[in-house]
Amino acid sequence: MATDKSVKRNHGGMARKDRAFKGLTLGLALTATALPILIALELARTSSPAIHHFGWKFISSQDWDPVHELFGALPFIYGTIVSSILALVIAIPLGLGAAIWLVETAPKSLRAPVGFLVELLAAIPSIIYGLWGIFVLVPILRDHIEMPLALKFPNFPLLSGQPLGIGMLSGGLVLAVMVIPFITSVSQQVLEAVPNSQREAALSLGATKWEMIRTSVIPYARSGIVGAIMLGLGRALGETMAITMVIGNVPAISAHLFDPGYTMASVLANEFSEATSDMHRFALVEIGLLLFILAIIVNICARLLISKTAKGIAETGTA
Amino acid sequence: MSKRKYAWRKLQNASVTGITTLCALVTLVPLFWILYYVTSQGIRSVNVAFFTQLPKPVGEPGGGMANAILGSGILLGIASIVGIPIGICGGIYLSEFGKNRVGDCIRFAADVLVGVPSIVIGMFVYALIVLPMHKFSALAGGVALGIMMVPIVMRTTEESLNMVPSSLREGSLALGAANWQTVVKVVLSAGKAGVITGVLLSLARVAGETAPLLFTALNNRFWSSSPTEPIASLPVQIYTYAIAPYDDWHQQAWAGAFVLIVTILGVNIAARLLSRNRHGRAI
Repeated sequence: MATDKSVKRNHGGMARKDRAFKGLTLGLALTATALPILIALELARTSSPAIHHFGWKFISSQDWDPVHELFGALPFIYGTIVSSILALVIAIPLGLGAAIWLVETAPKSLRAPVGFLVELLAAIPSIIYGLWGIFVLVPILRDHIEMPLALKFPNFPLLSGQPLGIGMLSGGLVLAVMVIPFITSVSQQVLEAVPNSQREAALSLGATKWEMIRTSVIPYARSGIVGAIMLGLGRALGETMAITMVIGNVPAISAHLFDPGYTMASVLANEFSEATSDMHRFALVEIGLLLFILAIIVNICARLLISKTAKGIAETGTA
Repeated sequence: MSKRKYAWRKLQNASVTGITTLCALVTLVPLFWILYYVTSQGIRSVNVAFFTQLPKPVGEPGGGMANAILGSGILLGIASIVGIPIGICGGIYLSEFGKNRVGDCIRFAADVLVGVPSIVIGMFVYALIVLPMHKFSALAGGVALGIMMVPIVMRTTEESLNMVPSSLREGSLALGAANWQTVVKVVLSAGKAGVITGVLLSLARVAGETAPLLFTALNNRFWSSSPTEPIASLPVQIYTYAIAPYDDWHQQAWAGAFVLIVTILGVNIAARLLSRNRHGRAI
C-alpha cells in the first residue's frame, strides 16, 4: 500500500514537472511572437507626438528641416523604394540564373562548394560591404561609368545627374550585391523541392533542358520564387550601413540615378543619436515605425508565398 | 524545316546554360573581390598594437582597437545571456511540443522577426532601455543583439532536434524517464552538435552588426567593461573610421574589417565542418 501511494505521488510530481517544463518552453517560445508586436507598440507609443502633430502630411511632405521643426518623410520613403527596386532589377536575373545553374546544370562536384560560397557572401557584414562600396565601387563607378556618360550624354534618361560616384546608383548596386545571395539560396531551396517526376515527364516528351526548366520546373516553383524575391526586397528595404555609406545622404527627390539620395534606414543611422529636438527624435521614431511596417508586410507576404509552395509540393509529392 | 527548328532549340538550350553559368560566376565575383581587397589593405595594418592599444587621436599614427575588440566580446556575452536560453528553450518547444497551430504561429513569427531591419531593433531597445536609463549602455547594445539572436537560435535548435531519431525518445520514456528528463538528458544531448552550430552561426551573424548598436551601445574611445556605460565595438569603430576624412583612420578601418571578416567567415566555415562531420552532410 505504502509503496503504491509513493509511486502515485511520484507520478503526480513527474506530471507536474512535465507540465511546468512544457509551460516554460512555451513561454520562452512565445517571445518570438511577442517581440514584433512589442516593437510595433513601443515605436507607436514613442512617436505618438509626431503622429498627432503631423498626421498624414508626414508621408506626403518633402520638407526635412530640423531647425524649423518641419518634418516630412517622402524623400526617405522615395529613396528606400527606388534603391530597393534598383537592387532587385539587378539582383533578380543574376540570383535566379545562379539558382537555376546550381540546381539544374551545375556539375555535381561543384554544387556544394558554390552553394557554400554563396552562403559566405550572405555572411559578410553590412559594414564591410559599405567599406568596399565607398573605397572600391564608388571610385570605379565615378571614373569609368558616370563621368564618361555625363560628359557624352548629359540628358540620358535615368543615368544622369551629378557624376560623383556617390548616389542612388551606387546605393542600388551595393544593395544588389547584398541581396543576390538571399535570392539565390532561397530560390535554390524552392527549385530543389520541385519533384523529379516533373522533370522526367518533360524530358520524356522530348524537351530540351531549357524547355524542361521553362515549362515544368519554373511554373511549379513560381510562387516560391516570388517569395524569395520578396525576401530579398525585405532585406534591401531595411539595409542600413552599406547604403548609408554610399548613397550620399541628401534628402531630395531626383529622377537622376547619379544624384545623391537618402533612405529611411540611413536617416535613422545618421541623425537619431544626435537629434536636435524632441520633435526631431519623435519624427525619426515615426520613420522607424514606417520602415518596420513596410518590412513586416513584405516579409509576411514572402513567408506565406514560400510556405505555400513548400506545402503544395509536399502534397503533390505524396499523392 | 524541323531540322532547323531542332538546331534552334539546341542553340537556345546551350545559350541558356551559358547564361546561367555566367550568372553564377558574376554572383561570386564580389566575394573574392571583397576578400582580396580587405585582405590586401587590412593585413598591412594588423600588428600587435592593433590588438593591445587604444585608438590614437587624429594625426598620431599607430594605435589599435583593443577596447573595441573587448567591447564586442562583452556585447556578445550580454547578447548570449539574452538570446541563447530563450532561443534554445523556444526551439525545444517547437521540436518537442510544437507540431500544432501554436507552433506554426511561433515559427512564422520567428521567421518574420529575422526580417525586421536591425536598425529598427536598435530603435526599439533605445525606447525600451536607453530612454528610461537616460544613457547609452553596453546593456542596451547587448540586448539589441540578443533579440536578433533569438529567432536564429530557435529555428536552428528546432531543426537539429528534429533530426534526433524518435527511437531515442521512446527508449528513454520506456525506461521510465519523465518527458522533461527525456528532452533535457537524451534529446538535447543527442542534438548537441547542431544546437552549438546554430549558436555559433547566430553569434557570427550579430558580431558584424553595426546598425543596432549606433544608438544603444554608442561608442567609447576608452577602456570600458561596465554594462551601464557606453562601449566600443569593432563594427561601430570601423564605421567611425571609414567615414572620417583621415588616411590613417582608413587604414585602421581596413585592419578592423580584416579581423572582423576573418573571424566571421572562420566561424561559418568551422560551423559547416562541424555539422558535416556529424550528419555526413551539411544541414
